[in-house]
Amino acid sequence: MNKLIQNEMMKLIAKKRLVVIALIIGVLVILFTYAQYKEIQTQRERLGTDDWRTAVQQNIVDITNRLSSSRISEEWKKQLKISLQQQQYYLDHDINPAEPGASTFMRIFLENAIDMLIPLMVMVIASDLVSSEYSQGTVKLLLTRPVKRWKVLLSKYITLCFAVSLIVAIAGFLSYILSGVVFGYKGFGTPILTGFNISDEALNTANVKLLSLWKFLLMDFGLVWFVAIVVGTLSFMLSVLIRSTAAGMGVMLAALISGAILSNMVSSWESAKYLFMVNLRLTDYMKGTAPPIEGMNLSFSMSVLLVWWAAALLVSFIVFTKRDVY
Amino acid sequence: MEKKITLSVKDLRKVIGRREIIKGLTFDLREGEVFGFLGPNGAGKTTTIRMLVGLIKPTSGSIHICGYNIAEDFQKALRNLGCIVENPELYPYLSGYNNLLHFSRMINGVGEERIKEVTKLVGLADRIDDKVKTYSLGMRQRLGIAQALLGNPKVLILDEPTNGLDPAGIREMRNFIRFLAEKEGLSVLVSSHLLSEIQLLCDRVAIITKGTIIRTDSVEKLLSNRERMEWRLEPYLKGKEVLSSLTKIEEKEDGMIWTEFNEEKIPHWNKQLVEAGISVMEMNRKMPVLEDLFLELTGGETIE
Repeated sequence: MNKLIQNEMMKLIAKKRLVVIALIIGVLVILFTYAQYKEIQTQRERLGTDDWRTAVQQNIVDITNRLSSSRISEEWKKQLKISLQQQQYYLDHDINPAEPGASTFMRIFLENAIDMLIPLMVMVIASDLVSSEYSQGTVKLLLTRPVKRWKVLLSKYITLCFAVSLIVAIAGFLSYILSGVVFGYKGFGTPILTGFNISDEALNTANVKLLSLWKFLLMDFGLVWFVAIVVGTLSFMLSVLIRSTAAGMGVMLAALISGAILSNMVSSWESAKYLFMVNLRLTDYMKGTAPPIEGMNLSFSMSVLLVWWAAALLVSFIVFTKRDVY
Repeated sequence: MEKKITLSVKDLRKVIGRREIIKGLTFDLREGEVFGFLGPNGAGKTTTIRMLVGLIKPTSGSIHICGYNIAEDFQKALRNLGCIVENPELYPYLSGYNNLLHFSRMINGVGEERIKEVTKLVGLADRIDDKVKTYSLGMRQRLGIAQALLGNPKVLILDEPTNGLDPAGIREMRNFIRFLAEKEGLSVLVSSHLLSEIQLLCDRVAIITKGTIIRTDSVEKLLSNRERMEWRLEPYLKGKEVLSSLTKIEEKEDGMIWTEFNEEKIPHWNKQLVEAGISVMEMNRKMPVLEDLFLELTGGETIE
């Protein structure tokens, strides 16, 4: 089995796909960094001074005043306290909340890449892993060795998982390193609000807490990786089923784009929540953004994706081991 | 002494949809022989070969390689088999060496030693580190053979091995296949739609058309009884007259006359001709080409 994985890695590296992916991500990160930099500049001009400390201090005074008032509810008080903690942290650690550093850039990049960019990059690898063997005809050599077919496919799948992990790591690494040149490499301790729950059309803040950015980022990475594996497995299945790289990619791309569009218009079509493509924005649950369809939450979305993942894997293996090769 | 059977096929059938593509093939390959699989395009050669190498599952029937049933002991059966199905499609973006390394990793007990050996055997040692996309077709074909020989197979299956090669390449390939069979004792199954090819290369031939074998025999046996005698006679008209009174003749457009080849009668016919004052300028014994035989056996039918 090790040798088979070695084979797949050798082919993957020889095709130089990962280099291309790293280049694409690199270029995009530079682009976004520049855009972000421009935005901060205009913001600064609008505010006049760049003394952000006074603004934060003012904010803290306001919150303290409100807290001392006896008329506000306990729940609201809790919210304000969290807010106060956050503001105090900014001041103590000399962090400009409007100009947050490379680690925050990385977070925003990951959150926006989760439903399009990363799946797209994963697709580039996954969709031709099997179909290229068919289109080149090498499948005939691959399957006439004294090796069971399921082992051949498993070695390809394990390679895919390696590649997916690598892509997520590359995205994280490049977004940090490249944006840091402009924003500085700080801010891993920045507190960030999480734990929002949306129930019955209302924001439930009972579980809201402050989390260090690095902990938050670890969770983000986990979610991005999970989504990437699911999308990779689905493209892998299409690669087995369709045997044409272009067609497989087309189908997957259509699914991803339709997911982005559907998210904006399916709030009344409830069963759409079982489609995998509206469940990809897992990181939104961490931020507390309202889900596209009522009743969706992090564990629901993850279970839906898990079911799709398992089904795709099962179909891939059954079809690949049973099918006649012409 | 009867040689050992290495590949045994019994009543092999394949149904696709409602059409029976392969209609019950039975044949054996023995150690050290080159077996030809001859048929027009679409006769079912490639489908059969794909069943032999495990790419297509037969609807019924059995295939044994060195005694192992391919349906039950896939790994053991395939361990004894090397093959090229259609063109040798290797990874163009890998070097020749890495291609061989790739396939050697899929066979237990094949290491770098063996890769070097087969590389030398097929004469690719100089170019083995170049990417396959820079190879000529002949070199790809040789790398394909090297790949097939990696696991020291007992049975070698080659689908149209000379397809696309130039005459020198074809001769080289033919000599190499003969060498493998005679010196290394491999059983080689070769498919072709070229009759001359099979005639020069094979010990035995199965003639296949529309999914059935219509004849299996040694090349010599298929060809004997079909030898002809070619005569050039002077003067032509009178010679023809005399000869046709003795036996059935065929006039050829180049001024030759063909009769059957019959060792007992030919001296007598010759004597008769000479006595009638006809000069016998040429007498040639003609081996028939398989082409004639093939047309004869299939009744000249075409493939739809």
